[in-house]
Amino acid sequence: MLRRAILGFAMCLAATVAVAQEPIRIGEINSYSGMAAFTLPYRNGWTLATEEVNKAGGVLGRKLEVVARDDAARPEDAVRLAAELVTNEKVALLAGTFFSHIGLAVSDYARQHKVLFVASEPLTDALTWEKGHRYAFRLRPSTYMQAAMLAEEAAKLPARRWATVAPNYEYGQSAVAAFKKLLQEKRPDVSFVAEQWPAQGKIDAGATVQAIALARPDAIFNVTFGADLPRFVREGTTRGLFRDRPVVSLLTGEPEYLDPMKDETPEGWIVTGYPWEAIETPEHRAFRDAYRARFNDYPRQGSVVGYVMIKSIAAGIARAGSTDTEKMVDAMGGLKLATPFGPIEFRAIDHQATLGAYVGRTAVRDGKGAMVDWRYADGARYLPDDAAVRAMRPQQ
Amino acid sequence: MDSALATLRLMAAEPSFALAQALTGLASASSLFLVAAGLSIVFGVTRVVNFAHGSFFMVGAYLAVTAIGWLGGGAAGFWGGVVVAVLGVGLLGVLVEVAILRRLYAAPELFQLLATFGVVLVIQDGALFLWGPEDLLGPRAPGLRGAVEIFGQRIPTYDLFLIAVGPVVLVLLWLAFRRTRWGVLVRAATADREMTAALGVDERRLFTGVFALGALLAGLGGALQVPRETANLHMDLNVIAEAFVVVVVGGMGSVVGAYLAALVIGVVHAFGILLFPKLTLVLVFLIMAVVLVIRPAGLLGERGAASRQGAPEAPLRPASARLRWTAAALFAALLALPAVAGGYVLVLAVDVAILALFAASLHLLLGPGGMISFGHAAYFGIGAYGAGLAWKWLAAPMVLGLAVAPLAAGIAGAAFGWLCARASGVYLAMLTLAYAQIAWSVAAQWLAVTGGDNGVLGLWPAPWAASPAAYYYLSLVLCGGGILALRLLVHAPFGQFLRAGRDAPRRAEALGVAVGAQQWLAFIVAGAFAGLAGGLFAYAKGSVFPTYLAIPRSVDGLVMVLLGGVQSLSGPVVGALAYVGLADELARGVALWRLVLGAAIIVLAVAFRRGLAGAVGDAAARP
Amino acid sequence: MTLLAVDGIARSFGATVAVDGVSFGVAAGERVAMIGPNGAGKTTCFNLINGQIAPDRGRVAIDGRDTTGRSPRALQRLGVGRTFQISQVFASLTVRENVQAALVAGQGRALSPWPPLRRREAAAADRLLDQVGLAGEAERGAAALAYGDAKRLELAMVLGQGPRLLLMDEPTAGMGIDERHALMELVSGVVRGRGVGLLFTEHDMDVVFGHADRIVVLHRGRVIAAGTPAAVRADPAVREVYLGAEAPPCA
Repeated sequence: MLRRAILGFAMCLAATVAVAQEPIRIGEINSYSGMAAFTLPYRNGWTLATEEVNKAGGVLGRKLEVVARDDAARPEDAVRLAAELVTNEKVALLAGTFFSHIGLAVSDYARQHKVLFVASEPLTDALTWEKGHRYAFRLRPSTYMQAAMLAEEAAKLPARRWATVAPNYEYGQSAVAAFKKLLQEKRPDVSFVAEQWPAQGKIDAGATVQAIALARPDAIFNVTFGADLPRFVREGTTRGLFRDRPVVSLLTGEPEYLDPMKDETPEGWIVTGYPWEAIETPEHRAFRDAYRARFNDYPRQGSVVGYVMIKSIAAGIARAGSTDTEKMVDAMGGLKLATPFGPIEFRAIDHQATLGAYVGRTAVRDGKGAMVDWRYADGARYLPDDAAVRAMRPQQ
Repeated sequence: MDSALATLRLMAAEPSFALAQALTGLASASSLFLVAAGLSIVFGVTRVVNFAHGSFFMVGAYLAVTAIGWLGGGAAGFWGGVVVAVLGVGLLGVLVEVAILRRLYAAPELFQLLATFGVVLVIQDGALFLWGPEDLLGPRAPGLRGAVEIFGQRIPTYDLFLIAVGPVVLVLLWLAFRRTRWGVLVRAATADREMTAALGVDERRLFTGVFALGALLAGLGGALQVPRETANLHMDLNVIAEAFVVVVVGGMGSVVGAYLAALVIGVVHAFGILLFPKLTLVLVFLIMAVVLVIRPAGLLGERGAASRQGAPEAPLRPASARLRWTAAALFAALLALPAVAGGYVLVLAVDVAILALFAASLHLLLGPGGMISFGHAAYFGIGAYGAGLAWKWLAAPMVLGLAVAPLAAGIAGAAFGWLCARASGVYLAMLTLAYAQIAWSVAAQWLAVTGGDNGVLGLWPAPWAASPAAYYYLSLVLCGGGILALRLLVHAPFGQFLRAGRDAPRRAEALGVAVGAQQWLAFIVAGAFAGLAGGLFAYAKGSVFPTYLAIPRSVDGLVMVLLGGVQSLSGPVVGALAYVGLADELARGVALWRLVLGAAIIVLAVAFRRGLAGAVGDAAARP
Repeated sequence: MTLLAVDGIARSFGATVAVDGVSFGVAAGERVAMIGPNGAGKTTCFNLINGQIAPDRGRVAIDGRDTTGRSPRALQRLGVGRTFQISQVFASLTVRENVQAALVAGQGRALSPWPPLRRREAAAADRLLDQVGLAGEAERGAAALAYGDAKRLELAMVLGQGPRLLLMDEPTAGMGIDERHALMELVSGVVRGRGVGLLFTEHDMDVVFGHADRIVVLHRGRVIAAGTPAAVRADPAVREVYLGAEAPPCA
């Protein structure tokens, strides 16, 4: 009798220990095959962070495990995979996504099914504002924030006549809209004299450059990126579009976009980005060294995002003291943590992290593109006031 | 519109600008022509529409960047690198022809399109594996880096070089086909394959040579793009859509036509950007649609031979007792599924049901109709948007949304079907593709109404259907009902006359059957059922996005139908089940899933043309 | 009134004049054969009458109603039934379904969504198959039929629509000799029994002279002779065209 009782107790204990040691699973969805250049450094980033967290004993005494899925750049697949991760893999929360529309689709799934979703890369403002809700948080500085950083710089230029060129989809259109609004607030004398909307990935660069030149703008705001950017830069340089004409350009300083242009990186563009070689804060140096040691490669913007995403989730779960969704959501609101870029906070008001970006000028150094004269623009400074945010965000 | 007028005023004030813009258009025309010429030649001789042509272009660019890197800078290095790239792509072309296409010349167009699409997938992952994910910037052409001033406008010298390359290649091709023995034989084979073969000409080597030439030209096009853009993994599909448009507008098989079409599109595009900067994507497809409605065979094309249908189908038989019992048992098992399976299985089951209906609707056109619809996702997507927009703008409840979906898609089917009425075979495939691309552009770029690529969000089922089991039952009833209705329709005079009109159109007409009207109605019916599937999909995913009507979804549908077997009515259902299972497994476990999927598609098109249902049927029929 | 009246129809292809002012008529219950050497314009003439191509000038009338340039579908509604030189049947339907399809199409119900085709007019279809001697083949796929059988199936389909005018392009081509006469006997029976007009082209002169009431002879796009078989047989112009100028007049 006694023996059976002892045995039973021992088994109970064993079971409790097993539960305690079962890893906390994070369901991660991203466009691994669709956007490999961006998502591979990002995957490295979260891999590094997960290893660091686990080496330090994990969270709540449990290890972290990332269950990653490829959405093939299709939002409907992402939604299906979200369901698979939640119901089959029993993940504690969802994270990731690169494209804005996929971020929004997964976010909407999270709202409907009451699952925490930490969006890492999608930029669309709607994620935390018009379509924001209790269960979604976003790490990276949004389109609005990055446009605001550049509008601040643009306002210092003497230019009055501006032209814009942006890919013809939501990201391009909202970036131009935000930039226009913010610049005209600071500079009522500014007018926009030409708009070009090439299809994403299919810019007809020569014709686009000519069309901008026809309007004779004083300065240009560029949102094109990826394969479109080098084409635009080459045609613009050859045709003299950038001669004596400042260019303000979104994301162009990120290594993902800067590196392919090598020695043809345009000089003196005002950009947002990530000068990974030059940031010598202790936090960043530690991150960079660890990343290089682990992957024998230098970090990209995506690496930082992936890394901070896992660190944020770990901090959030630790603060909640549980993997209960409601508790984690409560803990994420107002969560503060240190990152390679410095301290950030997930704002309680709109669930946007205050992670910033580096604003500087492009230059060619040793045959490669680089950012110079940069400064860190703290995301907290480039968000609208609370009343405006409340007006945009649906009331719970 | 105001901005268009303002631009016109600016241009009038600066006439030299129009000249510069025209030259820019001519340079893009040359680039387009280089890609399109090879595609057109290959089609003209072998009658194969090569989807992988864009992949050759991409490999040409990558090879050139790599080869120029090896050979070092300077003029010799650059042009040597271009030559290496061109020859390398030519070799790749030979490999693809000998390994795959050679086995497909007699097959219906659909299998050729699919097999070459499989090659696209394989090459995509191959390029990712070989060159890595980052865009590669090659050097500019030595001596052609600068610009010359023409009436005060700076024109890149490389543009002038390209403007010259187009006509030079055109003349060289003309000479090769008119003045060499090889060219004479190729043209003879184009005109009459059997006779040429009977005269002892080795047709296989001829075709391999033609395919290699086509690949060479694509490689040249890609290599010559190096000074203008990075080599990147999206080049293939970006360029292939435009190359198709050029070839179809010019008239398939006509090289001169391809040059004319490239000129028209290049120049219209250059000026279109100025006047309607937001319409650039639609513009190209609009040109194509307009040209094909007026001249169904393109500018210089000849009315193509009748499309190949493959072996005749067996007559339809009423469902055997065994099939009825199997279906009943299956239905009972499906009804019991929620009792035994968890949430995710139900989510997958809903996907299977919806895609099965989508595939069945496509099958109505492909199988009984004998019409290649390469843009079937348009109806699926329009159905989804019908439901989504009814909800977004009119706050329509789910039941109404599910009624709007087939209605909207049926209307789209009526419109597109009417516009496609005069086309057949490959032209029909290209026209349906064009309309689907136009619909996609509208969905992706008309931000104010559709929400652009951010889509319509928050479209979740009504409370009574919100639980996974309830929505599963709803999908099961509607999709099962739809598939059953399609089956009955095929057995009814409507479907039998569709098949009859496909088998012997002149006989059907002489018996008083309006074959065209029959086919038009089939477009409407297929569209409506695809739309119903789209509406259900929208509520299942809670959202609608432009990807619902993008090319990959159309290809999904085709793969499902072919996987199941185009000659079998149960094929679409089997195909959807197999496809969703395969895709789900691949997305979860395999790194190079495109390679696996592409290889599977190739094998399917080359070796298992009767599909799974066909193979099972054969096995069952064996004594 | 003549059932079919052809009046001065002509058609050129580029510089080649294929048919150059042909006129003739077919009365109800009459069998007319159109013959001529290769390249005489028979096929073009036939296609001008059946609506496949439109004439440059001239007119075609059925029952006094102008049908020039009407589509095959419109002609079917006026009671024209036709068979093709190379038989056209619906390969992926059964033999019976082919006839059922013709019957249903004749009723104008080709778009009907219910019930299945195989349950429509089955008895009538079997009667027609019996008539053309295909009763045993009803369940087979039409693709599997022998050439001559396919021609007979086509005839059954056309007869099922109860035409008033039959246009048959080489109805017995590819058949054995016995088969040919049997088929033409069958057609002749229908023509006499229902008062149908028949116009056919044919290469086999036995068939022509054995089964035509009147013969129209074409040469280089023109009618060079027309009349009863006996009259045509004796016509010097016909003899010259077929046998050459040097042939003795009474061979």
